[in-house]
Amino acid sequence: MSEHAKAPADEETTADETDEQAPVTTGAQSVVRALENAGAEYIFGVQGGAIMPVYDALYDSDLNHVTMAHEQGASHAADAYGIVTGKPGVCFATSGPGATNLVTGIADANMDSDPMIALTGQVPTEFVGNDAFQETDTVGITQPVTKESYFAADSDTVGDDVGEAFALADAGRQGPTLVDLPKDITQGETDVEPAEATTPDTYDVQEEADDEAVQEAAEALAAADRPVILSGGGVIKADASPALREFAMEYEIPVITTMPGIGSFPEDHELSLEWAGMHGTGYANMAISNTDCLLAIGTRFDDRLTGGVDSFAPDAEVIHVDIDPAEISKNIYADYPLIGDAREVLRQLFDAMPRAPDVDEWREQCQTWKDEYPMTYDTPDDEPLKPQYVVEKFSDMTPDDTIVCTGVGQHQMWASQFWEYTEPRTWVSSHGLGTMGYGVPAAIGAKLAAPDQEVVCFDGDGSFLMTVQGLSVAVREQLDITYVVLNNEAVGMVRQWQDGFYEGRRMASEYPWIPQFDKLAEAFGARGFRLEAQEDVEETIEAAREYDGPSVIDAHIDPGENVFPMVPSGGDNGKFALQEDHLEEL
Amino acid sequence: MTGGMPGPAPHDRMHPTGRRNKQGIRIDPEAEVTHEPRQAVLSALVKHKPGVLSEVSALFSRRQFNIESLTVGPTVDDDTARMTILIEEPEPGIDQAKKQLRKLVPVIEVTELDPTALRRELALIKVGGEKPDDVNAVAEMYDGQAVDASTDSVTVEITGSKQKIDAAVEAFKQFDVQEVVRTGAAALERGPTTLEKHD
Repeated sequence: MSEHAKAPADEETTADETDEQAPVTTGAQSVVRALENAGAEYIFGVQGGAIMPVYDALYDSDLNHVTMAHEQGASHAADAYGIVTGKPGVCFATSGPGATNLVTGIADANMDSDPMIALTGQVPTEFVGNDAFQETDTVGITQPVTKESYFAADSDTVGDDVGEAFALADAGRQGPTLVDLPKDITQGETDVEPAEATTPDTYDVQEEADDEAVQEAAEALAAADRPVILSGGGVIKADASPALREFAMEYEIPVITTMPGIGSFPEDHELSLEWAGMHGTGYANMAISNTDCLLAIGTRFDDRLTGGVDSFAPDAEVIHVDIDPAEISKNIYADYPLIGDAREVLRQLFDAMPRAPDVDEWREQCQTWKDEYPMTYDTPDDEPLKPQYVVEKFSDMTPDDTIVCTGVGQHQMWASQFWEYTEPRTWVSSHGLGTMGYGVPAAIGAKLAAPDQEVVCFDGDGSFLMTVQGLSVAVREQLDITYVVLNNEAVGMVRQWQDGFYEGRRMASEYPWIPQFDKLAEAFGARGFRLEAQEDVEETIEAAREYDGPSVIDAHIDPGENVFPMVPSGGDNGKFALQEDHLEEL
Repeated sequence: MTGGMPGPAPHDRMHPTGRRNKQGIRIDPEAEVTHEPRQAVLSALVKHKPGVLSEVSALFSRRQFNIESLTVGPTVDDDTARMTILIEEPEPGIDQAKKQLRKLVPVIEVTELDPTALRRELALIKVGGEKPDDVNAVAEMYDGQAVDASTDSVTVEITGSKQKIDAAVEAFKQFDVQEVVRTGAAALERGPTTLEKHD
């Protein structure tokens, strides 16, 4: 998939010979060697002046480089690659605008704890601080949104910096790291191979929780009348989904996920209440409101999940499992803090449970809520196409391991509500940062991470327009991705809030003109489809799936459709609105 | 028409009786419980390298911890620097500040010092040179000394607790105070306890 033509000599090299790597001679080669040693496969990037030495070193490497259309796309593609593989995705950009364009994707990865390493070119050391051409203080700009940002100061150690940054991105609570690479450092001569990569000596990770604390938590859970498990993104990051399933099914405790936790527990299982929060299911929000013991694993209690803190699970003792001590009692006080790796602590808890809690009545109650608040939508024949129907149909037609990527907005909520997720690492979205435009490049990263799995990207018309240039990459790399634009000719989520909370004053949320996305797709060299009628949904999806390459379905949906249920910002999870007029009552 | 999902309306649903406060702590629904801010002295050993000070100060600013002073200086180990940070926060905020500090990669160790810990601050106070003897007398009252004098000015050095320096600065206002500079607190635990040997 590498785009540049390899030198002829490379192609004639036998396998035996390629095993022996040529010694490094420059800092840039050391950088590339460190990435190779770390097991990197793909780099998503954009060329530029200050990063050129590193690209030059890539010329002789087996690493696959994917040239993105914009650095923001490079960071989102790397982020998605990290989500799907569980290993840090790699992105490159040059100094100045290249680096600042990466920032959105880095901040996105930081909010969602996605493993990623960003390497940025920098002006030569002697010019740093002089406001040189394409100079920005990349370390200063990115430090608040990375686990750590490094400034490489020596050609002999630049490979070690990259190795350490890679290891750090992957270790403990995963997240993005960055190494800023001044051009003289990468161009500089060195014969020092990167040392074996380790995390910084000041970086400690506690894998197992304190046994006594585990025991106390297990007793509390076993004694609970209305226990619920809240499974966050950390469960997926720790590859703890099997352990979670085993635990929940053994002790028959209902499971709610957060949005990033989607896929950690199969939504078709009777214990699943799907996900809670602002647009979560009514039954999940009722259960989380009324639980008396909340086992929360790998979640940071984001405000979109909790709503108002005062009314969040107000009767619950909270057992909080997290690998990051700084998340414990940050937003919601933990009665039982368990610091450790989700998989390890679930195993510890499994063994420590004195008995299963007596929850027959509680599970019946949860079932009642499922019956009372089903996820439904109207599909009268005379109405325009419903977005929920498109998502649901697509879900029905595709294998369980299909990866769903999204942008941010109403379409993202419908994609998470009406698709049935059963496997971890099949839901690739921008949660904490809420980055419109995430979808197009994310799908590229996801497809390269899992070439044998089907990849569909739901996007909104607003979100799609923000990174549509990424289609050129999907076409060039011949990636079999189906993009579905749920097109309501508006920034729908903003419009929904304007209708709900701003007296319908639709300022800057509706598009008087929007491109024809099917034709735009064709211009990029992708296959385009226009979808307007419900009866054409199945056929259009089938045609797009059959096309071997990127395709775009421009689905013109009912512009009046909004996302429900809805807990207004800062509201009480138990008082979700099921329709527009409920919002007025809250 | 949109939404139109079935199910009881918001106020017709089963609802719990409990409540949490702003810190997410379960409280008596009838009582209003707030944590009063208090002052805490955090002492941190950090890697002595460029960028660490900005990393630490940026943390306090972006997480809106109320910081009173921050001092940094080298230690006996060339690779390690020590920071003393005075913050004023409710109890949960102090805990959170410690945890966030520990999470920074260049931070080696963080502890909150005992309220009885030794705390010293240094101030240089420049006043007009009209009454050098009176200035000296006031300086002596605060165990300070004049460290520079010219025909137009006297500069006095005072070391001590924050309260002592506050009082000294106040006392010098009887003269023509031209400039004051204060270092912020440096602090160490009393007795044999050190940061590495903190329990």
